[in-house]
Amino acid sequence: MEPHIQVRDLNVYYEKIHALKDIDLEIPRHQITVIMGPSGCGKTTLLKSLNRFLELNESTRMSGNILIDGEDIYALGVDVTEVRKKAGLLAQHPFPLPMSIYDNVAYGLRIHGMCPNGRSVDAKVQHYLLEAGLWEEVKDRLHFPATGLSVGQQQRLCLARGLAIEPEILLGDEPTSALDPISAQHIENRLMDLKNEYTIILVTHILRQAKRLADYVVFMYLGKVIESGLPGEIFDNPQEERTLAYLEGQF
Amino acid sequence: MKARRVLQPIWFSSVLLPFLNRRVKDRFVGGAFFLITILPFAILLVVIVSLILRTQPILSAHSIGELLTGQKWYPLKGQFGFFPFIAGTFWVTFMALILAVPPCLLSAIYLSEYCRPRISAVAKPLLDLLAGIPSVVYGVWGMVAIVPLVQVFSSHVNKWLGFIPLFSKNNPTGYSILSGGIVLAVMITPFIIAVTCEVLRTVPDGTRLASLALGATKWQTIKYVVLPQTRSGIFAGVVFGASRALGETMAVLMVVGNVAKVPSSIFDPAYPLPALIANNYGEMMSIPLYDAALLGAALVLLIIVLFFNLISTIALRHIIGRSKI
Ligand SMILES: Nc1ncnc2c1ncn2[C@@H]1O[C@H](COP(=O)(O)OP(=O)(O)OP(=O)(O)O)[C@@H](O)[C@H]1O
Ligand SMILES: [Mg+2]
Repeated sequence: MEPHIQVRDLNVYYEKIHALKDIDLEIPRHQITVIMGPSGCGKTTLLKSLNRFLELNESTRMSGNILIDGEDIYALGVDVTEVRKKAGLLAQHPFPLPMSIYDNVAYGLRIHGMCPNGRSVDAKVQHYLLEAGLWEEVKDRLHFPATGLSVGQQQRLCLARGLAIEPEILLGDEPTSALDPISAQHIENRLMDLKNEYTIILVTHILRQAKRLADYVVFMYLGKVIESGLPGEIFDNPQEERTLAYLEGQF
Repeated sequence: MKARRVLQPIWFSSVLLPFLNRRVKDRFVGGAFFLITILPFAILLVVIVSLILRTQPILSAHSIGELLTGQKWYPLKGQFGFFPFIAGTFWVTFMALILAVPPCLLSAIYLSEYCRPRISAVAKPLLDLLAGIPSVVYGVWGMVAIVPLVQVFSSHVNKWLGFIPLFSKNNPTGYSILSGGIVLAVMITPFIIAVTCEVLRTVPDGTRLASLALGATKWQTIKYVVLPQTRSGIFAGVVFGASRALGETMAVLMVVGNVAKVPSSIFDPAYPLPALIANNYGEMMSIPLYDAALLGAALVLLIIVLFFNLISTIALRHIIGRSKI
C-alpha cells in the first residue's frame, strides 16, 4: 500500500542545534505509528515539521521534503492552513480555546466555512463530541466555558475539536502524559477506534502504551531515525543496540 | 553568686538577646513597611480632606449643582461656573482617545503578535523613552508644529464641512481642542501600547498554537481567540490612558487656547480644569471666593481622575483574575 506520508532527507536546525538529521520515513495510512526515543531526540520537532509548525519559530531552518499523498506540503503556493487542516494536532497539554465547549468544537468548522447553514453545526458538534467520548459528560453544559472541564475532559475536547475539521492525519505529542490513568485510557481507546479512518502518529514515552497501540514503530535517537518497522520486529527483536538499550530502560 | 553573675550575661547575650533582637527587628521592620505602604493613602486622604475644607467657602455661597452646571466664569462678578472647564477637559481627552486608541491597538497587536522578537525588543524600550519626555517639550512641539498645521487644516475643513457644527471654524487660530488632542494623543500613546502589550501577553502561547493547529490564520486567531479574552484588559489600558490625559496639564495648556467657553467644534479653543488651576492659582487671590473656586476645580479634577483609575483597576483585576484559571 502507498504510504500516506513520506519524509525525505529531512534536516532541521534550531540556530546551531541540528535537531533532525537525514530523516527518511514512510508512514502507513490508517494505522497508528508510534514514535519513541529518549528526551530531546527530536520527536516533537518531527511532528511539528508535519503540520508546518516549525516555521512559527524564526530561528528554524529545514531542508528536505515531506509529502502527504504524494504532494509536497512545503512546495511553493501550498496554503499552510490547508496543511494544518489536513494534519490535526493533539498537544501534550490541553489548551481549550477561551470560549464555550460548543464553540470550541464549532470553531474549526466556522473558520474553514465548513457549515454554510448554521443547522448542521449542532449535529456536527454532537457527532465529534460523541466520537471523542465526551458527549455524555457535557451535553447539559455545552454553552459553559470549556475551562471548567477537568484536564482529562479538556484533552478529549481538544480531540473533538481536532476531529471536527475533518483531518486525515492526527498528530499526538504525548497526548496522555498530563492525564490521570483513566483519562489516558479514554484517549487510548478513542485512538484505537479512530485508526480505521485516520492516519495517527503518536509520540509516547510509555513503552506499554506503545506496545498496546502501535501498528508501526519508529525509534529515534539524537535526531536520527535508528530503526523503524512492525512492533513485533522492533519490540521483540531489535536490530540496533541503541533500540535494545532504550527498550530495556537504559536511557 | 559568682557563678550566677557570669552565667547570666552569657545566657542573656547568647540566648535571649538574639532572640529578642530578631523578634523586635521583625516587628520593627514589619511596622515600618506597613507605615510606608499606607503613606500614599494617607497623603491622598489629607489632600482630599484639605481640598474639601478649603472649598467650603464657595460651597456655602453656591450649591454644588449650580457650580457644576454653571456656564459663566466671571470671578470678579462672583460667578463661578465649572461647566466650561469640565466640558473642555472631556472634549480634549475624548479627542485624544479617538486619535490615539486605534493606532495604539494596532501597533500593540503588531508588536506582540506579528513582528519578529527582535523588532519588539527594540521598539518597546523606545516607547518607554517616549513616555519619559517632559510634557513641556511636547507642549513646545505642539505650539511650533501642530498649532500652525491645525490652523491651515481647519480652514480647509471649514470650507467643505463647516456646515456641521463639529467641524465649523469659529476661531482664527490653531489653538484648539484638535491641537490639544493631537499633542495628548502622542503623549498617551506609549502608555496605551505598553498596557495593551502586557495584557496580550497574558494569553498563553498554547492557546494561540491550539487555534493555529486547527488551520486558523494568524488574524483569525487574534480576532477570535486573543482579543475576546483580553477585551477588559485592553479597555483598562484605554481608561488608564484617558486618566493620564485628563490630568495632563502643561502640554495641553500651551496649545488648547484657554478660553472659558463650552466648545462646540473640534476647532474651538477649550479650557481644561488642569490648565485653569495652573494658570490662575496664586494670582489675583484677593478676589473673594476665587481661592475656594480654584480648589473646588482641583477637587472636581481629582474625583474625575480617581474615578477613571478605579474603573481601569477593576477591569485589570478582572483579566488578571481570569488568566490565572
Ligand atoms: N524552539 C527551540 N529552539 C532551540 N532548540 C530547540 C527548540 N525546540 C527544540 N530544540 C532542540 O531540538 C532538539 C529536539 O527537541 P524536541 O523537542 O524535538 O525533542 P523531543 O524528542 O520532543 O523531546 P521530549 O521527549 O523531551 O519532548 C533538542 O535538543 C532541543 O533542545
Ligand atoms: Mg517533545
